Amino acid sequence: MDFLRPASWEEALAAKAEHPTAVPIAGGTDVMVEINFDHRRPDYLMDLTRIGELSAWEVGQDTVRLGASVPYATIMERLRPELPGLALASHTVASPQIRNRGGVGGNLGTASPAGDAHPALLAAGAEVEVESVRGSRRIPIDDFYTGVKRNALAPDELIRAVHIDKADGPQQYSKVGTRNAMVIAVCAFGLALHPGTRTVRTGIGSAAPTPIRARAAEDFLNAALEEGGFWDNGKIITPSVAKRFADLCAAACNPIDDVRGTASYRRHAVGVMARRTLTWTWESYRGAHRTTEGVA
Amino acid sequence: MPTNGVPTKITQGSGTKGGIGESTLRPDGTLKVTGEFAYSSDMWHEDMLWGQILRSTVAHAEIVSVDTAEALATPGVYAVMTYDDLPTEVKHYGLEIQDTPVLAHGKVRHHGEPVAIVAADHPETARRAAAKIKVEYRELPVITDEASATAPDAVLVHEHRDDHHVGHVPHPNIVHRQPIVRGDVAAARERADVVVEGEYTFGMQDQAFLGPESGLAVPEEDGGVHLYIATQWLHSDLRQIAPVLGLPEDKVRMTLAGVGGAFGGREDLSMQIHACLLALRTGKPVKIVYNRFESFFGHVHRHPAKLYYEHGATADGTLTHVKARIVLDGGAYASASPAVVGNASSLGVGPYAVDDVDIEAIALYTNNPPCGAMRGFGAVQACFAYEAQMDKLAARLGMDPVELRRRNAMEQGTLLPTGQPVDSPAPVAELLRRVKAMPLPPERQWESSEGADVRQLPGGLSNTTHGEGVVRGIGYAVGIKNVGFSEGFDDYSTARVRMEVVGGEPVATVHTAMAEVGQGGVTVHAQIARTELGVAQVTIHPADTRVGSAGSTSASRQTYVTGGAIRHACELVREKVLDLGRRKLGSYHPAWAHAELLLEGGKVVTDGGEVLADLVDVLGDEAVEVEEEWRHRPTEPFDLRTGQGNGHVQYSFAAHRAVVEVDTELGLVKVIELACAQDVGKALNPLSVVGQIQGGTTQGLGVAVMEEILVDPRTAKVRNPSFTDYLIPTILDTPTIPVDVLELADDHAPYGLRGVGEAPTLSSTPAVLAAIRAATGLELNRTPVRPEHLTGMS
Amino acid sequence: MRVNFTVNGRPQQADDVWEGESLLYVLRERLGLPGSKNACEQGECGSCTVRLDGVPVCSCLVAAGQAEGREVVTVEGLAEYARLRARDSGDADGACGTSLDEAKGWRADGADAQTGEGAGLSPVQQAFIDAGAVQCGFCTPGLLVAADEMLERNPDPSDADIREALSGNLCRCTGYEKIMDAVRLAAARQSEGV
Repeated sequence: MDFLRPASWEEALAAKAEHPTAVPIAGGTDVMVEINFDHRRPDYLMDLTRIGELSAWEVGQDTVRLGASVPYATIMERLRPELPGLALASHTVASPQIRNRGGVGGNLGTASPAGDAHPALLAAGAEVEVESVRGSRRIPIDDFYTGVKRNALAPDELIRAVHIDKADGPQQYSKVGTRNAMVIAVCAFGLALHPGTRTVRTGIGSAAPTPIRARAAEDFLNAALEEGGFWDNGKIITPSVAKRFADLCAAACNPIDDVRGTASYRRHAVGVMARRTLTWTWESYRGAHRTTEGVA
Repeated sequence: MPTNGVPTKITQGSGTKGGIGESTLRPDGTLKVTGEFAYSSDMWHEDMLWGQILRSTVAHAEIVSVDTAEALATPGVYAVMTYDDLPTEVKHYGLEIQDTPVLAHGKVRHHGEPVAIVAADHPETARRAAAKIKVEYRELPVITDEASATAPDAVLVHEHRDDHHVGHVPHPNIVHRQPIVRGDVAAARERADVVVEGEYTFGMQDQAFLGPESGLAVPEEDGGVHLYIATQWLHSDLRQIAPVLGLPEDKVRMTLAGVGGAFGGREDLSMQIHACLLALRTGKPVKIVYNRFESFFGHVHRHPAKLYYEHGATADGTLTHVKARIVLDGGAYASASPAVVGNASSLGVGPYAVDDVDIEAIALYTNNPPCGAMRGFGAVQACFAYEAQMDKLAARLGMDPVELRRRNAMEQGTLLPTGQPVDSPAPVAELLRRVKAMPLPPERQWESSEGADVRQLPGGLSNTTHGEGVVRGIGYAVGIKNVGFSEGFDDYSTARVRMEVVGGEPVATVHTAMAEVGQGGVTVHAQIARTELGVAQVTIHPADTRVGSAGSTSASRQTYVTGGAIRHACELVREKVLDLGRRKLGSYHPAWAHAELLLEGGKVVTDGGEVLADLVDVLGDEAVEVEEEWRHRPTEPFDLRTGQGNGHVQYSFAAHRAVVEVDTELGLVKVIELACAQDVGKALNPLSVVGQIQGGTTQGLGVAVMEEILVDPRTAKVRNPSFTDYLIPTILDTPTIPVDVLELADDHAPYGLRGVGEAPTLSSTPAVLAAIRAATGLELNRTPVRPEHLTGMS
Repeated sequence: MRVNFTVNGRPQQADDVWEGESLLYVLRERLGLPGSKNACEQGECGSCTVRLDGVPVCSCLVAAGQAEGREVVTVEGLAEYARLRARDSGDADGACGTSLDEAKGWRADGADAQTGEGAGLSPVQQAFIDAGAVQCGFCTPGLLVAADEMLERNPDPSDADIREALSGNLCRCTGYEKIMDAVRLAAARQSEGV
């Protein structure tokens, strides 16, 4: 095994081009466990923690450019207003020690369906900025996950940053685990209201081979909200609409039975989380709506 | 101070600071908080090698071939050993039945069984070399439950049994069977107004001690070996190790290294023999440290169990009878299974008075992971089931569940189903009364001005509820655990106590082989010596095999038995010191000859408090030393047909009240409070006693809601050998645990004390389950309960 | 490979490090600092918690090479670290905590600094002993590093704050009650001391 220590992004890209099997390591949450438990012996380990820009972020007009290695703790503490869904998701990641070191780039690189960040990224809307010596490209989050622990990266590419739409409405995130802290998701659900475009987006984790959106549920809810004039009148969403939305979210799942939970429980739990997070976000939207009305 | 000229009579130790009854601080505390305390995995030696074990990838198979050539040729590898390299005819070990191969021979019987061992100059070299060993298996059908174990054509897990249980078991795949029959259950059933039945399942729990199995074996010039090891019983290890090495016991020196928790999981050997074999083969020190993955294969677990119960009662709630069948899965090797069967059967009705009882307990041989000792063994599984039955009975009778328990609670003098009278206080009803009387935690503590604090709700930080679906439930349970080794075992300990002047001060040194595993034995041993010898300074000598056996740090027995041995040795030292004083100084004061003399504050005093001499002057240059064995009252084996017999020496009782909040839609549980009342006879160190109760309670909580080793029933392979998927409670899962300590002396025991460590692990689990049942209205016949069970989605 | 970094204020060098080794392994097996514990080696138990450039991390998940040039504080250096923080905060205008620069400027003196001998205990270490928060002690080093860092950031934590901050540290012996007591005690003593 060789240990590569690129001092700059350009050096990292060159090294990855030369050694496409090199395994990038930043927070180490996934890679070091595989090494410690003898599950993986890469020819090259490439340390990305010397590249300062990967731990930096910029808040733009419409999006946040989040460096791949910005720790979850920082997202929770510094980016909650802009990225509320991802901040909530970050808070559910493992332990304080892991949140101090792990970042979204690791979740994306591993592309485990159980990665905590995925549902929040799917719901918020995001693009993954990847680069190789051949050039840079942005992969829409919807196209990023290609299979179980597989993503759209070419062998010579590295994840540089994630461009996430700034929240224009309430966002929520829930994760079911069998412990009250430090637990891998049995399943997870992210929901973002986008009043600007009058749409909702969802993200489901650990209930299908890849992180997914519940598109039929989104379409149904978008139509129901539009038809009922809910975005304007700020009324309570009728229970039948919430239930139908929850059922469609559950139906979007394609889960398996494993040591962490059964397929039928995962489907059920996604439905419950979908209904609850819809209630929470909509209550929050209505509250903001009323306040705005009052001021106006 | 006497004020009227009549001296107040004092007793030995009553004036000594830091003696029994005080919450003195741990003598190893400073080392443990500075990182200096040397645990077994911290051992290091110049030129040491690293040992690695190759384990079976299948659960049940014949070994067709093992090829070590490539591994042996790896640079940096010093030795590769298989069964064929074992040096003597003794190739098996075991606690009671020597059925466990040191390295697999011809067959593997469970997933993760050791097949070969490697020593190399770096752990990675050793791992890579082990991976190069080629083992060819021919798989056999797996035995995974009672049906497959006792089927007419069942493959025998052990083909050639010759142990002392084989004669009385109904099938060779049953390790041991113990019936307990008393009275006439058929007739009693006729008197019952209600009868409730239940079938219960207890999952496989892991001890999950944090310090991994590890140690360092150093070859010695005389051909022997010195093993620095984390264990629960040095001399039991020694008895099993030495014959395999072909060495007399005095050439296998053992020193206790720091032990990072045990909870029963270190009663059996793990890497001990392997490290010694490699050290003797290579002539170099060999260190072995399991990682967490290997640890799940490297020690026995708590027996999973199926329990079938029938309880009957008259309309007023008086129990008429209990009939039970308890099937424990012992896995591939016997370990402590026979003793687990003894506890499960003899304590199978719980702390209740019942005249008509018919219980059968068995342990199976299967190809599942070997199971053995874990905190409260046998009694834990039974308590889960009989307490569920008591709640079911109360519901059927329309009675308060605590009232039903109090009505049937055993008392001093009650006969156990074994016919043995309980001859010390048994405050079962009082413990229930106390735990019920504690104030309840306020409702909806998660509400705050800023909305719901998810940290205090089911789901915790995962943000699954802001109060939706959350229902509170309250449940009670009480249990009984035997203290000390039962069934006729010669359960003794040895203490060597020395008193001398060091640096101008009298100092007592206590040397035992007791394994300090974290429970605080070293703290109370020093307290006992202070009380008995009236000195301030006590040195606890490191535990090793240069002193006689202390017995095991298990069965809640060390404070009782090794504490008893220390007290006994101290009494003998005290007599010798006083004799010395009489010889040297007796002529100076008549009280030397006539008065009752005590050692207090470093002085010889009369029981009126008059000082006769300084211990420094009495001892001078002399040292007084005593090494003595001490044993508790003898017990007898249970009759193999009827289970009758005075099998136990002492009992420990605890009661719990659990308050839980359940997210009934998602099936997530938050335990809000887990209150405990326990009788400890005499709290030698109240701080440590409460710590034991809280720790035991939390392990019971774990197996109620999250802890379970999952074994694939088709392959008998372990599915979750990691801390990612075997979950133990975090600080956010653990509630406040108020403890009410009762001290009713057991006159048969030193200072009246009662073993403390295990009882709280019993009743914690059924109390939590009862509370979840109360919140959900579900029957819940298995533990741990998982979200899918609470939502009907399993 | 060779790795150079600073541990408890002292420059350290490790040679012949296998590239797959963790910082935890290097501390324990190469630098003679076994205080950080190896309970799970998968980031689930927190017993190996150290401060890496001031930040609490699981040292089992840090590749040794990633520590190159960094500052590490382990339980062995905790007492000295706390002492210097207390001294510095006395000068500072009421600010709690140690800035990264201050931490970097800190250097333990004397040969005993590696083992903690000769150094008094930090408030949180003393509180763990006094409150009975130590049983087997295997989780203790990681808990101490995590608890000390939390009290640096949050000198007056609520119970829920303590539980959240320590939720990455498993303990199997105590049931956590006495750990809660210890952290409350350390916080109280710390506020009295100010």
